[in-house]
Amino acid sequence: MTNLAFLNNRLLKRNAKASVIIVFLLSLCSCGKPTQDLTDYSKPYPSQAGGVLIDAMLGEPSSLISMIAGEAPSSAITANIFNKLLKYNKNLDIEGELAQSWQVSTDQKTITFKLKPDLKWADGKPLTSADVLWTWQAITDDKNGSPYASDFQLVKKAEAPDPLTFSVTYSEPYAPALDSWAGLQVLPKHLLEGKDLHTTAFARKPIGSSYYQLDNWATGENIKLSRNPTSALGPANIDKLVSRIIPDTSAQFLELMAGNIDSMSLDPTQFSRIVPARPKLNEKLNLYKELGSGYTYMGFNLKRKPFDDVRVRQAINYAIDKQEIIDGVYLGLGINIASPYKPGTRWSNPNLQPYPYDPEKAKTLLKEAGFVLNSEGILERDGKALSFEIITNQNKEREKSSVLIQRRLKAVGIDVKIRSIEWASFISRFIKTGDFDVVVLGWSLGLDPDQYSIWHSSQQGGDKFNFIGYGNPKVDKLLERGRTELDPDKRQMIYHEFAKELLHDSPVIYLSAGYGLSAIHKRVKGIANPIPPAGVGYESEKWFIPEPLRRTEMSY
Amino acid sequence: MLTYIIKRVLWMIPLLIGISLISFFIMHLAPGDITNNEGAFNPKSSAESRQKLRELYNLDKPVIVQYGLWMKRMVTLDFGNSFASHRKPVFWQTTDKDGNVTKGMIQEALPITIIINVIGLVITLLLAIPLGIIAARKHTGWQDRSITLFNFIGFSIPGFWLSLLLMYWLGVANDWLPISGIHSLNYESLSSFGKIKDTFSHLFMPVIIPSVTGLASITLFVKSGMLDVLHQDYITTARAKGLGENTVVYTHALRNALLPLITIIGLSIPGLIGGSVISEQIFAIPGMGKLFYGAVMARDFPVVMGILTIGSALTLIGNLIADIAYAWADPRVRRGVVK
Repeated sequence: MTNLAFLNNRLLKRNAKASVIIVFLLSLCSCGKPTQDLTDYSKPYPSQAGGVLIDAMLGEPSSLISMIAGEAPSSAITANIFNKLLKYNKNLDIEGELAQSWQVSTDQKTITFKLKPDLKWADGKPLTSADVLWTWQAITDDKNGSPYASDFQLVKKAEAPDPLTFSVTYSEPYAPALDSWAGLQVLPKHLLEGKDLHTTAFARKPIGSSYYQLDNWATGENIKLSRNPTSALGPANIDKLVSRIIPDTSAQFLELMAGNIDSMSLDPTQFSRIVPARPKLNEKLNLYKELGSGYTYMGFNLKRKPFDDVRVRQAINYAIDKQEIIDGVYLGLGINIASPYKPGTRWSNPNLQPYPYDPEKAKTLLKEAGFVLNSEGILERDGKALSFEIITNQNKEREKSSVLIQRRLKAVGIDVKIRSIEWASFISRFIKTGDFDVVVLGWSLGLDPDQYSIWHSSQQGGDKFNFIGYGNPKVDKLLERGRTELDPDKRQMIYHEFAKELLHDSPVIYLSAGYGLSAIHKRVKGIANPIPPAGVGYESEKWFIPEPLRRTEMSY
Repeated sequence: MLTYIIKRVLWMIPLLIGISLISFFIMHLAPGDITNNEGAFNPKSSAESRQKLRELYNLDKPVIVQYGLWMKRMVTLDFGNSFASHRKPVFWQTTDKDGNVTKGMIQEALPITIIINVIGLVITLLLAIPLGIIAARKHTGWQDRSITLFNFIGFSIPGFWLSLLLMYWLGVANDWLPISGIHSLNYESLSSFGKIKDTFSHLFMPVIIPSVTGLASITLFVKSGMLDVLHQDYITTARAKGLGENTVVYTHALRNALLPLITIIGLSIPGLIGGSVISEQIFAIPGMGKLFYGAVMARDFPVVMGILTIGSALTLIGNLIADIAYAWADPRVRRGVVK
């Protein structure tokens, strides 16, 4: 009897859910054998050294010199190997990393860094200001073609008068300077001088100064790091970091479920549906969500009619229900924003409110702009229907957002078509040529508020980033002032004003600032709680894995 | 026979040039180049640096000039260096003056793909030939019907879906097989027997799944070949002589029935170096499929061209081998060729 009921139950389950893979997986699981893992991961333990942390990356670094590589996997790995002069602390204020202190001259054009004494590379050679100077020369050298050279090319003069002093002079005060020095990883001059940074073997076998050094890189499979005993910042707790290269997120998630990896970033479905629904996973995983400095937006081609009319842009902004996109596409894991900065940081203007969803107001504005409904229910001005195409790259969330936008705009009488295009074609065929009506895209930004390259009118056209063609003299002024103002409070005022101006002009519609979602196995202890503004990964060198919770079968 | 082979080999040269010309131009028809990757779309990176990169790789020159430059290298069998991975050699390793060896991208990806595909092909043949014979002998019987049904279920199941289910069942719900990758993390410290076992357990799913889902076409080929042969006069004669059914089927019919298979195997030689993008993606296998897909997406032209050139050369060689093998196996073809 019980057997029959079980079978019946299983069949029913299968019939109802067979078409959805993930759900099918879940139902299979309820019949599968649970893994015999009786360890209690939630007990507290004192901090101790040792252990192996395994995570997963979607892609493989092309090089471990990140100023040359420029892609996310490379930065993720090299952040553990190399140090920078400065870093962002817990509360996102700048403090010294290799630098003990720094001083800005009274004319605000020169910054002098004092290095900490007795710094060493992992090979035992001293790390001095000559290395910093050489790194600056390397990143600004045209021959190396670093994509991030532009910040450093503004340095007029760089000097290393003694082994502990490094100074840079700008031709005029440059506010994002400190941020740029908090991003540049210092490379060893004695190993790289005279080498081609692209082809040097160092790019696959680097020597750094930070908590870890490269152990082994199995191409296409994994990168293993081991603790650097002579780390410039003191020892880390965990012995080895292993990053497995698993290009498929479903496969990553299966590895996480099986306990073969300790951490990965999740998508909204995994985060809010799959993990919470499974007690077994809940026992093993901690979930984290944190706001990133990025957002998804819908941008108008301002060179095209009718998007040159601010009333049309505002009307469309009112006509789109942003909360619906956040709830429907991001499963509530995003927030509605009114400025291009991470909410809660000093740069985000707390007095600004996002455009509410108000289709009536949208209709009124469009009427003011001269649009009337035609016989087909589409708005029309001078015989031209208000009809455009949204293009986006092949990204599930952006595609779904576009569909919701399409429906909402239809309701006020705007006809929208959607096209989704592969990335390289998208950029070179549509963005670079300015041949588009409306895009749905996202920006991921740094911590410095300078957004000159996105909004300044001089950055329009060609290969530049103001491809929507935004130009507002007042904004231009503010952006220029923001770059030269070093006083944080005055700078804050400038960017608050800038965000207000931008919100009124509505050259883009902020759709959502999504949360970064991640899961970390509970065997990893010492993660800052609550999450500091700097994020989950802040001070990961203090993380530890207590001996009883370590994997047993792993031996290296 | 020899002149025939020489003639065929010489014909391959203009064919290869034609193929490379067409692939080069088609590749450049797709908008975008190496500077358009998603990582470069970062407000911190500058337009000047992208322009410099374009000049560095001659991407600012007309396509025909770029083709000329590529051809100039190719005649010395130099496949060039990749754009996207900072001038890693495309095909084979290079050694710099300090003795550091940089492995070629195809050199690293090829062995794993060939192993998977060869084992997969062997398994497919080992399963498909007996199944085809049974289906033909019991034509329209229940054995035939169930084999056909099984084949078409396998054929219709999307490979990635079956892969995910099996990964879950064999890897997560039960601790029987590794989920992804080709080696365990402690591979280096295993005994040689342990290494072999480790590799095989990792390769089990990536090999078995395409073999089973790809069974249908070869089984049908064997079946229809066998059916044709079994209805011919010489089989009737053999039966009339009083030979046993097994002798008739396996000694007389099977050989002739397998002839068309030679063509199929010949044609599958180029397929052996091309990995399946989807299965390599899901199982995290650093093989040719992933390499090629990544290169196309990144517009890494030297890598795309390198793989296409090797692939098309192998296709031509596969055709040639199939023809020669056919001539060797079938006296009728052989005589036709010699004349």
